[in-house]
Amino acid sequence: MLNFLTRRLVAGLITLFVSLFLMYWLVDIAIDPLKDLRESTAPNKEQLIAARIKLLDLDTNVVVRFFHWFTDVLHGDFGIAWRSGQPVSDLVAHAIGSTLQLVTAATFLSLLLGVVVGIVSALRQYSSFDYLIIFLSFLLYSLPSFWVAVLLKQWVAIGFNDFLADPKFAWTTIAIVAIVAGVLWSLAVGGTAVRRWQVFGISAAATFAMIAYLQVSDFWLEPKIGIVLLAILGAATAFAIAAIFAGLHNRRALYTALTVVAIGVVLYEPMQTVFKGDIFKVGSHGAGWLIFGLAVITLVVGFVVGRLYGGPDWGVSARTGAIVALIMGAMIYVDKVMQLWPPYTKALNGRPIPTFGDRTPELGGNYWVGVLDSFTHLMLPTLTLILIAFAAYTRYSRSSMLEVMSQDYIRTARAKGLPERVVVVRHGFRNTLIPLATIVPIDVITLLGGAVITEAVFARPGMGALFVNSLDGAEINPVMAYLLITASLAIVANIVADIIYASVDPRIRLDA
Amino acid sequence: MSTPENTQEPAPVSESNENAIELKEVVGLSQGQIVRKRFFRHKGALIGMFFLLATILLAFTSVGVGPIPGWWKYNGTETNLAVEEPGGRPTMHLPEFLGGSGFAIGDHPFGQDELGRDMFGRVMHGVQTSLIVMFIIGLVSCLLGVLVGALSGYFRGRLDTALMRTTDLFITVPVLVIGAVLGKITGTIPGQKNSYVFAVAMGVLLWTTLARLVRGEFLALREREFVDAARVAGASSTRIIFKHILPNAIGTIIVSTTLLMSSAILLETALSYLGFGIREPAISLGSLISQYQQSFTTRPWLFWWPGLFIVVIALTVNFIGDGLRDAFDPRQKRIPSVRKMEKAQAAARPTATTAAPKLGPDAGLGAGA
Repeated sequence: MLNFLTRRLVAGLITLFVSLFLMYWLVDIAIDPLKDLRESTAPNKEQLIAARIKLLDLDTNVVVRFFHWFTDVLHGDFGIAWRSGQPVSDLVAHAIGSTLQLVTAATFLSLLLGVVVGIVSALRQYSSFDYLIIFLSFLLYSLPSFWVAVLLKQWVAIGFNDFLADPKFAWTTIAIVAIVAGVLWSLAVGGTAVRRWQVFGISAAATFAMIAYLQVSDFWLEPKIGIVLLAILGAATAFAIAAIFAGLHNRRALYTALTVVAIGVVLYEPMQTVFKGDIFKVGSHGAGWLIFGLAVITLVVGFVVGRLYGGPDWGVSARTGAIVALIMGAMIYVDKVMQLWPPYTKALNGRPIPTFGDRTPELGGNYWVGVLDSFTHLMLPTLTLILIAFAAYTRYSRSSMLEVMSQDYIRTARAKGLPERVVVVRHGFRNTLIPLATIVPIDVITLLGGAVITEAVFARPGMGALFVNSLDGAEINPVMAYLLITASLAIVANIVADIIYASVDPRIRLDA
Repeated sequence: MSTPENTQEPAPVSESNENAIELKEVVGLSQGQIVRKRFFRHKGALIGMFFLLATILLAFTSVGVGPIPGWWKYNGTETNLAVEEPGGRPTMHLPEFLGGSGFAIGDHPFGQDELGRDMFGRVMHGVQTSLIVMFIIGLVSCLLGVLVGALSGYFRGRLDTALMRTTDLFITVPVLVIGAVLGKITGTIPGQKNSYVFAVAMGVLLWTTLARLVRGEFLALREREFVDAARVAGASSTRIIFKHILPNAIGTIIVSTTLLMSSAILLETALSYLGFGIREPAISLGSLISQYQQSFTTRPWLFWWPGLFIVVIALTVNFIGDGLRDAFDPRQKRIPSVRKMEKAQAAARPTATTAAPKLGPDAGLGAGA
């Protein structure tokens, strides 16, 4: 293992060095820092040009300049962006924060959706649902992201803001949405004709009831979950999670999930007081860490409840409990953020969905306002990224699941008489994740380099935007800092992917 | 979408019986004929092929190529044309049964921009450039990838190490990023030529995946008996590579080149959109979008058509690639839907309807997921 790591790290460092050198050279050819001066009509043009050449050391050979830059970097100095005079490390620190916000949610959601849809599609291979998903993933895969982003800006953002002026859906619209949802669910679940009709009826009615409830309770103007809805949604989540990961016959897991939901409902009111605490007030820091701590505690509570229910297979209950607890916690958190919606919309003159930037300037407000503000700014860029990544993950998990389900051990599992749920979740699903585990780290890290296009369209000041603007502004230092970060992360990601692969698949040995 | 193995083989048909039926389908056909037959059976690929050819034909005949004039009356460069519809709206109307006011094409079917230029002509020029760029990228990266992959897989040893380390260099930096830097360099070349240089540069960038795949194929194929036989018969390395191994790797090469082309058009348009790709006087679909995105609220049609054509091209090429992959995959079988199989089984043996262990409707991750 150590041997493998050293070998890969050394090879990686050499690759990094060579690629940085080549990129420095290429970028130096690409940019022209004197362009604006050469086109200027200033009387002291010659002097200005000479001054800039001196400032940027342009008379020195590019190779020598690269080694200057490289030694500086080794001493931890990334130089300055000469147009603004800001140190590059500050610029990068800002940009990484913005990009991280964007990438985390997008990766997580697209992975979740992509894997679930891909697996269902694989399980129902050659059905209409499968063909629909294949077509959809092809379509999404072929969409130019910049085009989608501008369309979303126009239709979703401006359309939704217009909708908020008079937030009422026509009943026919709701009915059509409900029917479409019913058709999708019945196609996804499949089975005999009777079962399809049942699924269609239930899911269409549920969708209709949900939208009708949102409509009647004025959800669009005053969104809230509230304690009643929290209990209902929590119970539904508990049943769903228990059904998938443990099977409803496993009473201990089901009771764990329901107990966790009950704890969540009981804690709802006390949490409202906690959320009003001093740490969330204007100007104080550390609220993020507190929330993180609470999330960890939530996880532990869920786990412990499962452990206390005991039984021979307590791991399943504990896992179910932890997942349900996390979902409950997330719902309470989202509920709190939603409570800020009415004043927030009012502050923004009833047009809350922004189309550019990553925060509203001079908004003020406490921690919760800040969170809500980031949410609204994240919505469209995240949606853009999800649409495209979703297609890739669906295709990937679908073909991976098909491969797994044709293995002999699946046949053996069925032959032993295991219920289909166990075959799919324990034998199929887990092995489907193995190839995904090697792709996801590389994807995440590529995304950390900034979703260049998405950031450009939505004018988010992230890593991608930093790169594009610096390249346009002929500033080599920020461009090189960006390249250094993305390239080293890419190398690390590849090594991590190999290690993950070896740890989830015992047949792979790194030292061989 | 490959790997169409079906675990849920209908039990009643015995294995040998099934093989016989399968062999019957391909008996007396050459490899090329089998592949062609399979490809034409793939509906998605056929429809994709049709739409791609239609797009190519439309783009190249309408506004003409170079000095050859096309059948469309405008070239997209004439400014201050008379405004047909208020605000330069498209003059194309849907037929009545689709809710339009009777089908008509009019003088400016895609509308006019703020300078009064004909949008149809401009979009067609954009499609031409984007298609040419896509094919050049495909060609260059295919040639480079095959060459590098073949040399490194066939000769192995030091050459292999050197070439593979070179491909490692390319994957450290995201393609879009190197593409932007290269595009910035090629952008300084004046005139229409910059799009071709840009395309070649992108081709030089994108060959690495193909090289890895071809190398893998070559590593496996060079150990096969027919290669030994050729070597014993005195064939040179060149002859073995080109005559014996390459034809056996052609499936992988064609399929991945096609799929590479669909990502190439997305890369090109994205770079052109960011301003690092194709520039004036050449028009690409991406540069059209970036040029007109400000006028989305006032003249949305300027923005729809270029994007729509990008989607059409990328989608059709993807479908063709998928069809080719299925056609070249020897494991590919035509598999009827579960319901059809059930029906056939029920008709053949009314008592054996439960024989197929298909996934039940409650196969986990169902309604609750």
